[in-house]
Amino acid sequence: MSVTIQEADFDCGQEIAAICTGREDIGALASFIGLVRADTLSEERIDAMQLEHYPGMTEKALAEIVVQAKSRWELQAVRVIHRIGRLVPGEQIVLVVVAASHRGSAFAACEFIMDFLKTRAPFWKKEETAHHGQWVEARDADDFAADRWEKTRSEK
Amino acid sequence: MHIHLLYFAGLREALGVTTETLVLPTGVDTVATLREFLAARGAPWTALVTIKNLRAAVNQQMAGQDTHIQAGDEVAFFPPVTGG
Repeated sequence: MSVTIQEADFDCGQEIAAICTGREDIGALASFIGLVRADTLSEERIDAMQLEHYPGMTEKALAEIVVQAKSRWELQAVRVIHRIGRLVPGEQIVLVVVAASHRGSAFAACEFIMDFLKTRAPFWKKEETAHHGQWVEARDADDFAADRWEKTRSEK
Repeated sequence: MHIHLLYFAGLREALGVTTETLVLPTGVDTVATLREFLAARGAPWTALVTIKNLRAAVNQQMAGQDTHIQAGDEVAFFPPVTGG
């Protein structure tokens, strides 16, 4: 299990290779990559996204989310990378890779980790356009996405 | 008692302060009473009670309004998170 906060870009293929090399017990890998989009609710095109975080708490919050995922599903490996700093449209922001014996656990745990990351990990995005900077507002849909896992706690 | 305070994102910008160390008077011992204490400084600190859904963390754990604050604690205030 490994969580990293970094400014540098990441390579999903390399991360998957690092998980799988030398192992014969992994039957399923699910990965998610979040990217910076240029579109926005306002009229202006986004030139860049500034990502701020709470050093120390961020790592703890992500590690706790991974621990929760591992308590719900049998997972063989989890890798989370979240970038910070200034990112332009098309760049990768976040990577989640989950390895398990079967696809059901891998898919579910990958989605669970992203849903909790979106609502529990202390990151904040600021959109930069030609004319101004604007902090992104939290979406109710993200809270609903995280909350639905509370209702399915008994399912494994 | 001394506590260490941190502010993030839009709140940090509104206050113009990133961190501070504070001596709390008797009676200010929860997240809710700390918010009121800071807001009493006047604008722009009133944001501590007017910002919708303001979040708090005590010692780097998400905290509720009733969460207790003790000497030496690290308390952070910030808007709802928007990572990923």
